[in-house]
Amino acid sequence: MKKLNRRNFIKGSLAGGIAAATAAGKAKNASAAGGDFGGYPDSMGVLVDLTKCVGCRTCEAACNKEQGLPEPDKPFDDYSVFDEHRHGGLPRRTTEKAYTVVNRYKVEGREHPLFRKIQCNHCNEPACLTSCFVNAYTKTPEGAVIYNPKVCVGCRTCMIACPFYVPAYSYSSPINPVVKKCIMCYDTRLKFGRPPACVESCPQGVMTFGKRKNLIALAHEKIEGNPGKYVDHLYGEHEVGGTSWMYLSDVPFEEIGFDTHLGKEPIISYVKDFLAIVPMVLCIWPALFTGFHLLSTRKQANQEESPKA
Amino acid sequence: MGFKKEKRLGLAAFIAMAAPLVLPISAKGEVFELSSLANLYEGVSFDHDMHIEAVENNCSLCHHHTAGTPPEDQTCIPCHKNSPEAESPACSSCHLIEPFSSTNLSISEKNPLRHHKVKPGLKAAFHLNCMGCHQETGGPVGCQDCHAMTEKGEKFYNTGQYTPKAGNETAHH
Repeated sequence: MKKLNRRNFIKGSLAGGIAAATAAGKAKNASAAGGDFGGYPDSMGVLVDLTKCVGCRTCEAACNKEQGLPEPDKPFDDYSVFDEHRHGGLPRRTTEKAYTVVNRYKVEGREHPLFRKIQCNHCNEPACLTSCFVNAYTKTPEGAVIYNPKVCVGCRTCMIACPFYVPAYSYSSPINPVVKKCIMCYDTRLKFGRPPACVESCPQGVMTFGKRKNLIALAHEKIEGNPGKYVDHLYGEHEVGGTSWMYLSDVPFEEIGFDTHLGKEPIISYVKDFLAIVPMVLCIWPALFTGFHLLSTRKQANQEESPKA
Repeated sequence: MGFKKEKRLGLAAFIAMAAPLVLPISAKGEVFELSSLANLYEGVSFDHDMHIEAVENNCSLCHHHTAGTPPEDQTCIPCHKNSPEAESPACSSCHLIEPFSSTNLSISEKNPLRHHKVKPGLKAAFHLNCMGCHQETGGPVGCQDCHAMTEKGEKFYNTGQYTPKAGNETAHH
């Protein structure tokens, strides 16, 4: 065995430092490529035409049955839910019992109220996935953002990370509370090439299911083909790096509860530089500085031992 | 002999069941049942004659460019200004029951005709066509104004005999 002397130790730590620096550089390049990912090429999506929705709540019922969710508080043909508000006057949001909800918006100058269905938007680069430290989330090539409830530890970081406030929490389960959200019917439909239950159930054809790239083309054709009908913006085409669910509206998006200040950068872009340093700091620094410490105190330790010898 | 009779009966039953799908083709002056999609709701008893009167014989208001009358929709006019009556002007001959099945998606993806590429499914076509007009003309717009909910529908919507019992509400929203 090679004797560990001062010279060998310094050589070794230098080599280690260079390796760590290279690794960090590589990690940075890899995550930069991740920022330009833009989604799987043939991933599916849903185009929502908000001008068509009449607020019948059939999609909510379809989701409840397809996902085997608990009985709702009120029947799905009870429209008094549109008058319900959470604290602060906010409209209804997704819960552990409802992965999708429809809300009503009164818009000045519009003859009828506007109805907007909310559910997971299935981001190309999901913030929930980025934030999850047990790796419970997966973005599938079909476009769905799914999660493994068996590994979820219920930390709720994804609920804070999600720019759309989508993941809900099973507060009703005191033993094993986990996060709950729309999975685009991945298990029962999407992976077999079928549209989500809400899309199929809609009587008004509000939602169009198809390849995301085709839907983007279709949406822009619709905007151009109907001058004055739609706001010239496809919500979800670029927001937070693009989402599988995209929206067309005849009312400015900020008036109907959409966050229009999210920017085009995926959430991961804001944290990747920092996150790349974390493994380096956690793994290399303790070993490196312990080494320096031992080295600097060795002489002293030797001196303390020598009188006995 | 008995077998033959059964077979004949079966054929008659088949024709009777298929009739609502076939009849609309020559449906002037008739009331027929739109029931090919009946599931959560019963079929709609559709008075074709009354609707012909309501639109003053302008078939294109509903049938786009397939009824032989000049099309109203701006997107149809460039190609179908003088199109004759289609082989079948029934809604279901163009609007699919399952527009988003993978087979139908790949067919429509290859369709070179821009305005035929994406068309509403049959259920959406019915509702968009009917409701748009009904809202303007004061026709029925509530779900059960046109078709009664079936027992399966009550279960689906958790309503009627399946209404949730009070006291099950969760505090978190």
